Amino acid sequence: MSGTAGQGEAVSLPMPTQAQDKARKRGWLFWLLLFVTTWGFSQWSFALYKALDARWIIRFPKQYELQLDTVISRLMSWLVEEASFGWFTFQQFTRFLSALVEAPYDWVRSLLIDGFSTGIGQQAVQQVPPLSWIAVIVMAMAIAAYARNARLALLAGGCFLYLALFGQWESAMVTLASVAIAVPIGVGGGLLLGILSYRVPVAERILRPLLDLMQTVPVFAYLVPILFLFGFGPVSALVATVIYAMPPMVRVSTVALKSVPEDIIEAGRMMGCTQRQLLWKVCIPTAMPSLMVGVNQVIMLSLNMVIIASMIGAGGLGYDVLTALRRLDIGGGIEAGLAIVVMAIALDRVSQAFATRNVRQRFIKGVPYHQRHPLLSTVLLVLLLTTVLGQFLPFVQSYPDDYTLSTSRYWAAGMEWINVNFFDQLEAVKTVLLTVLLLPVKRFFGGIPWAWGIIAMGLIGWRIGGWRLALMCTLMTFFLAWNGLWAKSMVTVYLCAVSVLLASVIGIPLGVWAGQSARANSIIGTVIDTLQTLPSFVYLIPVVMLFRVGDFSAMIAVVLYALAPAVRYAAHGIRSIDTEMIEAGKVSGCTSRQLLWRIKFPLATPSLLLGLNQTIMLALSMLVITALVGTRDLGQEVYIALTKANTGQGIIAGLSVAFIAIMADRIVAALARRSQQRLGLE
Amino acid sequence: MTQRIKLDCRGIWKIYGDDPGGFLARHGDKPSLGQFAQAGMVGAVRNTSVSVMEGEIFVIMGLSGSGKSTLVRCLSRLIEPTAGEVYFEGRNLLEMSEAELIDLRRRKMGMVFQHFALLPHLSVLENAAFPLEIQGVDRRTREARAREMIETVGLQGREDYYPRQLSGGQQQRVGIARSLVVEPDLWFLDEPFSALDPLIRREMQDEFLRLQSLLHKTIVFITHDFDEAIRLADRIAVMKEGVIEQIATPEELVLHPATAYVEDFTRHIPRAKVVRLHSIMSAGVPAAAYAGELPGTMTVAEAADQVEAASAPFKVLDEAGVAMGTVASRAVIDVMIGRTMT
Repeated sequence: MSGTAGQGEAVSLPMPTQAQDKARKRGWLFWLLLFVTTWGFSQWSFALYKALDARWIIRFPKQYELQLDTVISRLMSWLVEEASFGWFTFQQFTRFLSALVEAPYDWVRSLLIDGFSTGIGQQAVQQVPPLSWIAVIVMAMAIAAYARNARLALLAGGCFLYLALFGQWESAMVTLASVAIAVPIGVGGGLLLGILSYRVPVAERILRPLLDLMQTVPVFAYLVPILFLFGFGPVSALVATVIYAMPPMVRVSTVALKSVPEDIIEAGRMMGCTQRQLLWKVCIPTAMPSLMVGVNQVIMLSLNMVIIASMIGAGGLGYDVLTALRRLDIGGGIEAGLAIVVMAIALDRVSQAFATRNVRQRFIKGVPYHQRHPLLSTVLLVLLLTTVLGQFLPFVQSYPDDYTLSTSRYWAAGMEWINVNFFDQLEAVKTVLLTVLLLPVKRFFGGIPWAWGIIAMGLIGWRIGGWRLALMCTLMTFFLAWNGLWAKSMVTVYLCAVSVLLASVIGIPLGVWAGQSARANSIIGTVIDTLQTLPSFVYLIPVVMLFRVGDFSAMIAVVLYALAPAVRYAAHGIRSIDTEMIEAGKVSGCTSRQLLWRIKFPLATPSLLLGLNQTIMLALSMLVITALVGTRDLGQEVYIALTKANTGQGIIAGLSVAFIAIMADRIVAALARRSQQRLGLE
Repeated sequence: MTQRIKLDCRGIWKIYGDDPGGFLARHGDKPSLGQFAQAGMVGAVRNTSVSVMEGEIFVIMGLSGSGKSTLVRCLSRLIEPTAGEVYFEGRNLLEMSEAELIDLRRRKMGMVFQHFALLPHLSVLENAAFPLEIQGVDRRTREARAREMIETVGLQGREDYYPRQLSGGQQQRVGIARSLVVEPDLWFLDEPFSALDPLIRREMQDEFLRLQSLLHKTIVFITHDFDEAIRLADRIAVMKEGVIEQIATPEELVLHPATAYVEDFTRHIPRAKVVRLHSIMSAGVPAAAYAGELPGTMTVAEAADQVEAASAPFKVLDEAGVAMGTVASRAVIDVMIGRTMT
């Protein structure tokens, strides 16, 4: 029986390999042809337009452009001015939401900065002072100690002490207040939506594209409508922050709940749990470590967004960076930037510690309360002491200004020194990269006529993911052209392509190195972790100072920001290769170079592709922010819309960025899936 | 000895695919294997009937994919069977409302899982007390009860450990304690020892038999290990491709396998460990010299040393202690070396 089957296989084996060979060759031919055609069009489109006197070749005809932005803008003003739900207007509704968010925000702000007072304006009399800086530091340390150990407490305490010492306390507390309000809303809302999409499959199907959009539409784009609805100020910033920070929590919750082992759920059911008990007593506690990863993400994204939202009145550290950048105050910018870095590190490490926390104190009878809860009692004691002492000793209440250190002068001097002594070298690097890489790529993408662009995207989609993907790509690309954003879109694509290329060229070797050596991993891992916790805004500071404004500066900032996933996924891909495969290679006599190229790289391909996907996503989100340093792409379009408060323009340009992101995501994901299937890893 | 039927299931079908109920109806409630393949449906459990007696250890044995796990989940209604009836103490489980089912599970059923299914965020004590917690029993009562159970399974001193700090065998002891804390009548064990090392497995089997000798539960035990089935079972149901091939005592399975598939399994089983004296005795007790008396329920392996050492045959007694027949060393040696009996 088995003998005949074996024979059958032996006879039919050569056939499929020949067919595969042919298919592979045809695949190469397809991509070569596509590239050559596109290159040809890009090279001669201008000449073609001159020769035929057909301007439509390089520019989407103006009279057919979709005037969607004016429609949206009009809809927006209708919403704000006229829309009504019957017994209350839309504006009243948003005001109500504002008040709902504002009340807790004001409370936290009073607690951390202003103190509680009665009376208004000049007559205000402070009744209760805000928390003293010492109390806040002790609280931060206690939370860190509760989450892990004394070492983490020292780190957290050190970070907060830094803020006080370097005169960033007040701004930092404003930022912290926003984060403290945004995080519970983001986590709670995200968890509930996650539960909904776990329980109700229809809800998941509706939510998924919405989440895709929320995560890919650049932040600036929805700042405009939010500004319209909620006005300039911290509430708008909070709303934007929640919108930005919630989607990952929804996804993480759904995935975490779905990955609760089936037998644990069955055990719960066999014990007679009701639906609610099953969810809250079995599933959610079991999924808690994964959920805490989501909470960590919400915290970091909130911080990131609170910094960006300083543009619409969030204030705090972001505002300091923004004003410093505008005044070209190098020292001040770096100082505020460092304060953000310090805060990001503290928040990240402590919230991560919660995800892996496992020591728990047991309830012991007969021990006095303060010994059972040493951390809580210390905090309460310090709180009481500092509040009372603060009335008499001002330096206990707030850190004395006279003793703040400022490094601003040294930073400014240092930067100047670099700029004076290394100007030529920096300029040379910039010029070489510009002429060799940036400008040719820009010319290539910039020259592609819109009509061919649409066809090419359709072909790529069809080749990689079938007709469905082809249709999606065609429609989305057409949307770019139809709204008259083709040229700017191509600038975005070019900047993104160049940055992703550089990030991969730098990141993948680093990742491979980290994947192969434990020592390299510990160093590279730390650097990458820190890079990834930094709010995107921070990257602009050194880049602008070294390279001034322009495409090159933008690219450097994007590469720095988007480097992390390339490194991480490469390291993960290399590390997760089955050791037997590598041993098999060694036994066959591979040199270490052969081992890398013949075994590790092919097997790590799916992981590398997933890293590429993430790199593209991060690059696109950062590109929009680099509009602040003067790029001329879709990001600039969004930014202009923001400054002119033009809702329609902002949303259309934002959607365009989102569409580019979604196309890239689907194409790369399809590639990754295919390579996984080919390796039988699924 | 007449026993009451505790759990009775009749004509259970569990079919996966589109519209399984309609598929079953279209083929007159008896689709053939060919029809399954043609429609792209999977018959995980096909027309299965099982009766579990009160106080017995009923083992369902089958290789992976044979449908044994699906069947036990139909019996406990963790999954809804496509068709069939399940009676527990005379009440149809499948017609119960959600509330009735929850109530029944809280009071009457316990289940042990292959991968332990302990809650990672609870200590050993809290895990064992969990079934009582969800019933709203107060902390003092439930923890006292849980402590008792933990002691019964031999884990005292580890109450405050977390599952990840325990070895596999210890974790399964917690799983057993948890499933027994509500004093269930019906105890499901789904491959409870399959994830353990062979040595630990053996130890846990002994522990299980010891517990059963104390508690006398009605047990449905799932395993893919035929040796384990033989060792533990009062009766065994052998499953293959969703169908029960044979239900019998271990001895009957070995002596009279109903199908070639069952015979394949039993071939390598040392008969002496399964066959009991009453099966090999020669009936009737002629007056002669006897070396002694042995119970008929003793296995050949257990009796072998005595019978072989003696020069005269032994009398074989039935359960009432009345001599039914005789057994001589020749018959025992036949079984021990696997010589065909005539």
